[in-house]
Amino acid sequence: MENISRRTIVIALIFIFIGITFAIKLFILQVYDPSYKFSAANNTQKEIINFPARGLVYDRNGKLIVSNQADYDLMVVPRELKSMDSLDFCNALEISIEDLRQLFAGMRSRLRNRKISRIKPSVFYRQLSAKQYGYLQEKLYKYDGFFVQRRTLRKYEYPNAAHILGYISEVGASDIKKDDYYISGDYHGKNGIESTYENFLRGEKGYKYVLVDVHGREKGAFRDGQSDIPAKAGKDIKLTIDVDLQQYGEQLMQNKIGAIVALEPSTGEILSLVSAPHFDPSLLVGKKRAGNFAALNADTLKPLFNRAIMGRYPPGSTFKPLMGAIGLQEGVLTPETKYECNGGYWVGRFHQGCHAHYSPWDLRKAIANSCNAYFSQIFRSVIDQPKTSTVQDGFELWKNYLVNFGLGYKLGVDFSNEDRGFIPNSDYYDKWYNKSWSSLTVVSLAIGQGELGTTPIQMANMCAAIGNEGYYYTPHIIKEIESDTIPSKYKAKRATGIDKENFEPIKDGMEMAVWGDMGTAGLARIPDLTICGKTGTAQNPHGEDHSVFMAFAPKENPQIAIAVYVENGGYGSTWAAPIASLMVEKYLNKEVHSSRKWIEKRMLEGDLVHGSE
Amino acid sequence: MVQNNYNKKVDWVTIVIYAILVLFGWINIYAANYNPENPVFFDMGMEYAKQLIWISASMVLIWVIFMTDSKFYVAFSNILYGVAVFLLFSVIFLGKEINGAKSWFELGPIRFQPAELAKIATALTLARMMSRHDFTFKKFKNLASIIAIWALPVLCIFLQNDTGSALVFFVFILPFYREGLPGSILVFGLMGAIVSVLTLVYPPYSVLALIIVGALVALFVKTDKKITGIALMYGVGAFAIVLGLFYIVGLNLRWELFMLVGILAFSIVVLIKGFSKKIKAVVPIAIFMWGAVVFTFSSSYFVNDVLSEYQRNRVYVLLGFKDDPLGAGYNVNQSKIAIGSGGFSGKGYLQGTQTKFDFVPEQSTDFIFCTVGEEWGYLGTLTVVILFVFLMIRLIFLAEKQHSSFSRIYGYCVASIFFYHFTINIGMTIGLAPVIGIPLPFFSYGGSSLWGFTTLLFIFLKLDTNRSELIR
Repeated sequence: MENISRRTIVIALIFIFIGITFAIKLFILQVYDPSYKFSAANNTQKEIINFPARGLVYDRNGKLIVSNQADYDLMVVPRELKSMDSLDFCNALEISIEDLRQLFAGMRSRLRNRKISRIKPSVFYRQLSAKQYGYLQEKLYKYDGFFVQRRTLRKYEYPNAAHILGYISEVGASDIKKDDYYISGDYHGKNGIESTYENFLRGEKGYKYVLVDVHGREKGAFRDGQSDIPAKAGKDIKLTIDVDLQQYGEQLMQNKIGAIVALEPSTGEILSLVSAPHFDPSLLVGKKRAGNFAALNADTLKPLFNRAIMGRYPPGSTFKPLMGAIGLQEGVLTPETKYECNGGYWVGRFHQGCHAHYSPWDLRKAIANSCNAYFSQIFRSVIDQPKTSTVQDGFELWKNYLVNFGLGYKLGVDFSNEDRGFIPNSDYYDKWYNKSWSSLTVVSLAIGQGELGTTPIQMANMCAAIGNEGYYYTPHIIKEIESDTIPSKYKAKRATGIDKENFEPIKDGMEMAVWGDMGTAGLARIPDLTICGKTGTAQNPHGEDHSVFMAFAPKENPQIAIAVYVENGGYGSTWAAPIASLMVEKYLNKEVHSSRKWIEKRMLEGDLVHGSE
Repeated sequence: MVQNNYNKKVDWVTIVIYAILVLFGWINIYAANYNPENPVFFDMGMEYAKQLIWISASMVLIWVIFMTDSKFYVAFSNILYGVAVFLLFSVIFLGKEINGAKSWFELGPIRFQPAELAKIATALTLARMMSRHDFTFKKFKNLASIIAIWALPVLCIFLQNDTGSALVFFVFILPFYREGLPGSILVFGLMGAIVSVLTLVYPPYSVLALIIVGALVALFVKTDKKITGIALMYGVGAFAIVLGLFYIVGLNLRWELFMLVGILAFSIVVLIKGFSKKIKAVVPIAIFMWGAVVFTFSSSYFVNDVLSEYQRNRVYVLLGFKDDPLGAGYNVNQSKIAIGSGGFSGKGYLQGTQTKFDFVPEQSTDFIFCTVGEEWGYLGTLTVVILFVFLMIRLIFLAEKQHSSFSRIYGYCVASIFFYHFTINIGMTIGLAPVIGIPLPFFSYGGSSLWGFTTLLFIFLKLDTNRSELIR
């Protein structure tokens, strides 16, 4: 060994140093430190999950809409179950022996199917009442394998906005696979903002480690709580809706089918989003959720369907202002251009009808009085322009304007299930008509009929873009997230490609529609307010026409843009226009003028659902 | 010299340690797979059954290695190295992605990790290069070729995103040191690695405290007690005075700033005193201290302030401090609980509760040591630690007995690779090392790693049978 060098010794010492370090650390872990030391009697350390409270939800004025309430689930660890006094247990839970037997049978079948684990806790009995909880808590030590898990449930301060808020439900197997934050039995947001902003609202689970003895009783904190991770409450969010306006909208729409969407044009913020029939969000909380959900799902009026963002309707005559603006931008007419209308639009044997009225009119009057012939002329002039050689090119040119106004594609609102609407393209007609079609073939598009499909929120957004004279912000429902920022796409201004000055006659026409002598929407007049609107009566193959109205107010720097759909409501002026005007009035003036109380009463009492045969 | 029979030339002590480790490893893999709810004595589909096949195959492998002439390993080291690098490179494009790293080839049921081959090939090639009679670290040409041989596989493995395997190669600094690399490089390398890891785990001031202690020790050894004492006095004094002043004024600044003032005073005093007494060693000590301070703060600043949260998490995940959505250190916590719960003598074979049911992830591969800890207790873990340390020391002393420097260098490489795996793997299960997913030699489940380590070890044992000859 005499030729062993100093360097060999150094390396050997490094090896020995690590070995000794490990020996010491292992000694501390396994022998010296009592917190890791468990006897062979199977004492063990248990992980207790602290579920955080979900973030609160406020409306734009800071009114609390959604909060939390305490809730207790009875959990079970199957492996730890021992024989027990089932009668006493049933009394504590206020259930029958038969119920208990079923609960156990359910647990066993889930065990067999490997839905739950024998050694990890799973829910045995959901949502104990306060009384059950109080009673059980004292007796729980007698029942090995059971413990109570505290969670929170949602509490809704208003019986409104169910479609906006969504609900909370238990996570499924696919959710757990997608996001390993969740474990079986957890809840997550489903639909509405609860789903969209789940990652902010849910907070972060906390973990507490305790020592438990042979009987499952807690023996204090593990390592004095050094390994514990505190739960982090979810972030609070502020919505753009005005909850009072939302409530008012739902009242106006009771006993009707349809939707209201009100936006703030200068920001794209959704002021209210009503889908009728509506339901109380509290119906989908806690134990009664499953039953209520099934009932709502089975309802033929489809209350769960959010018509404001998913309903696809023909826009009808509310489309005409946009046609006018496109025509002006393309230079195929001036605001002073007049067209004849002899009870409709005639080309040879082709005829698109119109109501009887004085003729000819200029653009402003044509909008105010909704002349079909006028907009059929514009539509054809746009498509058949000399600069576009084929009808396909002309049609695409026209279609791109609609797309620029947010039609035909998902707007990107913060709801997952938004519908994109439908704007046909030239390929669609090429296939349909085997390439032989002209602007005349599709002229019904000019008056918002034909293949067109738009959602109420798209219409409200289009109306906001007209009110803004050429731009819009993507409609959204999120206003603020606690210590975070809202998605930047909601801060981006989107241009429509139509110049500001071209909106002036359009807005004049829409003002005249409400205020003019022969305007179509006289019931929408609000004293001292320059409200601009446009009625629509959308033909509906399944029954009576839909009543449609869109409006913004005031005319200069509009603060609200609104679209109202009342299914099978007939003329736009009958239901949609008065309802929209009441919403606008409520929002801007906070109260309805005494001269209009009769309209409000008629709208609130109107019943289009339970009508006589 | 009389030709002894072959048995006498083989180092049976090492073989016995190898056999014990492999057997004990298999017993624990069996335990980790054992399900008390559904006790099945033997199931061909389970990992312990497959491991038995890998172990049997290792016997064949050992036989083949012993049948091959020692000269083969010298002659073919370069070719082997070329093949290994080629495979490492092609796996980046053709490999199967497992846990975010593209480091495995998959051919039907067989999976193969070229990094295992690269370890062996690089060790052999480095040994061949460095055993040339004119080799010295002082020659730039030699140094450059050594670095090139070393860096090529490291680069490829980093590109595979398999940091754990790439870091193994850094342990070759030990054989380099044995063969004449200046000791200061070893020290600086170690310090740099420790400091950069520590700054990410602990707040900078605790690392600064460590640096001060290091500098004090250096001073104490290189100069004398008096200077050390005076400098320490000034340093602590400055620290206390500044801290006190700020406390009185009511300003609450970050701890590290006061620490910096202390270090500044300390180093100025050391420099002044050192120059007046003409002790040159104070200059490198002061440079080292300030270098370390800058390094500490820049790595901490870089991670905490320059990187975005997303990138920071990536760094942490890369280093293994965060690998679980439930929060950093979840695995380590579970693993420590499992080991700690074993107590002095363990819960008894197959009686573990923590190491079953997936409480500890990667139970039979990277965290197999937990099963040892839980079921065999301190007696078991200590035995494993002692066996490994004994094996590694045995290997370097065997290496020293080699006539041929090729065999010696290769022996050091083998011992160092075991050392790295031993340190990181056991260190991570008891919370002393970052969680880097690398196996414990001979213990962890998996054919690729078992064959890799077996080949590594038995090539050296084969060379050792020719220890009195010059192999080249």
